[in-house]
Amino acid sequence: MHIVACVKQTPDSAALITVADGRVGWGDAAMVVNPWDEYAIEEAIRLKEKHGGRATAITMGPERARDALKSCIAMGCDGGVLVADAALAGSDARATARVLAAAIQKLGDVDVVIFGKQAIDGDSGIVPLAVARLLGWSPLSYVLQISALDAGARTIEVARLLEEGRQLCSAQLPVVISVVRDINEPRYPTFAGIRRAGTAQIPIWNLGDLGLDELQVGASAVTVAWQAVRAPASRAGAVEILAGDSVAATVSMLADRLQAEKLT
Amino acid sequence: MTQQDIWVYIDQHQGAAMSASWETLGAACELSTLLQAKVTALVFGVNSEFIAREALAYGASAAICCDDATLVDFRVEPFASLLASLVAARQPRAVIAPATARVRELIATAAIDAGTTVMADAIGLEVQGDAVQVTRPVYAGKLLCTVSGVGAQPLFITLRPRAFPKPAVQVAQFPDAIEHVQAVIAEDALRVKVTGYDTVAGQVSLTDASIIVSGGRGVGGPDGFAPVRELATVLGGAMGASRAAVDAGWVPYAHQVGQTGKTVAPDLYVACGISGAIQHQAGMRTSKIIVAINKDREAPIFSLAKYGVVGDLFEVLPALSTEMRKRLGR
Repeated sequence: MHIVACVKQTPDSAALITVADGRVGWGDAAMVVNPWDEYAIEEAIRLKEKHGGRATAITMGPERARDALKSCIAMGCDGGVLVADAALAGSDARATARVLAAAIQKLGDVDVVIFGKQAIDGDSGIVPLAVARLLGWSPLSYVLQISALDAGARTIEVARLLEEGRQLCSAQLPVVISVVRDINEPRYPTFAGIRRAGTAQIPIWNLGDLGLDELQVGASAVTVAWQAVRAPASRAGAVEILAGDSVAATVSMLADRLQAEKLT
Repeated sequence: MTQQDIWVYIDQHQGAAMSASWETLGAACELSTLLQAKVTALVFGVNSEFIAREALAYGASAAICCDDATLVDFRVEPFASLLASLVAARQPRAVIAPATARVRELIATAAIDAGTTVMADAIGLEVQGDAVQVTRPVYAGKLLCTVSGVGAQPLFITLRPRAFPKPAVQVAQFPDAIEHVQAVIAEDALRVKVTGYDTVAGQVSLTDASIIVSGGRGVGGPDGFAPVRELATVLGGAMGASRAAVDAGWVPYAHQVGQTGKTVAPDLYVACGISGAIQHQAGMRTSKIIVAINKDREAPIFSLAKYGVVGDLFEVLPALSTEMRKRLGR
């Protein structure tokens, strides 16, 4: 089995995100592996451990995104590929998916691709589906359990988290999965893993390596454009702290407010 | 059909439309007035004609239905291929849909077939000149971004549930404007099979809930969720939880509100024993009224709340449940 985890480097989830002159900033907050992707990495490593084969991490991003791949290798991935090219700047979800699909095709023997449900910066969750469609593989999103994988029969069974609860599905490999955080508990890197990551050779693939040209990616291929970014209005007004002489009096005040707001 | 058509995809599960579908239809009707466009509802799956009639009563001018054995359970491939083939043949100006889990998958896929991508999770829709502008939260709601389509037609837009009002039912202007179409993929060609559901009957979905009562670290353990659940039941709402409570194993992940859980926007959000970490705020900050119940007056949740009670949730919640039960006659 060859399992690929697609990851993105994002600002830390606790970062104070600001906008100045239309540009998004996160101060000196650390760049981390997108938190949702940690579950994808863990699941890729678990599948490899259980079924044999290897786990590869792929990211598209600037040179510093190499650190995200090192985190993946430190956790237990066998290798990583960085897709970097100046022409990729400003890519939308469709262009990103094209690049990742081309990288997966270049690897050649991939059975399962795993993404986190979405990235915590763009927050759209489009890319896993778009990659599946471009590859012509079956998408399985919001997976919270991989209950069976038969490498011989090339089948997989999963539970997906939808609004109504779990939907149970079976599918033929190859598949593109996106996972939610209930699926596993991501492991911490081991000392040996960190050492391996430190010395790992991480190839950089550019557009030419992927057989793509500049007009298919980046700002020139945008179909959805970010026009302007702003901070939301802060929630107006100070909190009204309700405090009666007794708990009963306090909850009566609260019940009055809830009914006055026509909430019940 | 003209280039000006706006299509609304009506999400449904087992023959019943999701409430967010009607919110989307309402928002599309508002947009259609500004763009002088016609709104057509798309209903795929079980009971589609009945749901199409509902769509006409909620303001659609026409409906396209497809009821087929391959569409009984939601799977991306048959739904997306049908939508993409209709889009290719009829060239609507926009396809607007509620951002439920299923529909996010469907729209992301169909948009690729149309050579474009999605403006996902809109909380605002505007017309500037002749262009549609979409406002959507990014960075977990810490920022708002205005996006618009460039070049490619149609626009694919998903709307965040509960961000737009649900329209009133009217007498349908075109009660018979229902067209039936055929599915485009046969079961033999489908590589994903739905083998079952594992759902809890009667549970209110967090995404749809108008009232959510959530518990956090302060509830202290799985049994501590009993008064949280009781208040949710009394108010007819859903029960939520913070990541701390889910990580501790006190309640299942499906209840988690926050950056790595669900994003919700109820009319009323009652946060019980939740400190209000920035990651939790990301999932609930657009709630209309927030009530915080916490022992610690310094907890950040109070800075979001409209009403606060500083006290022991094990005293406050049972008393509030009793009071509300009395007032509501439940």
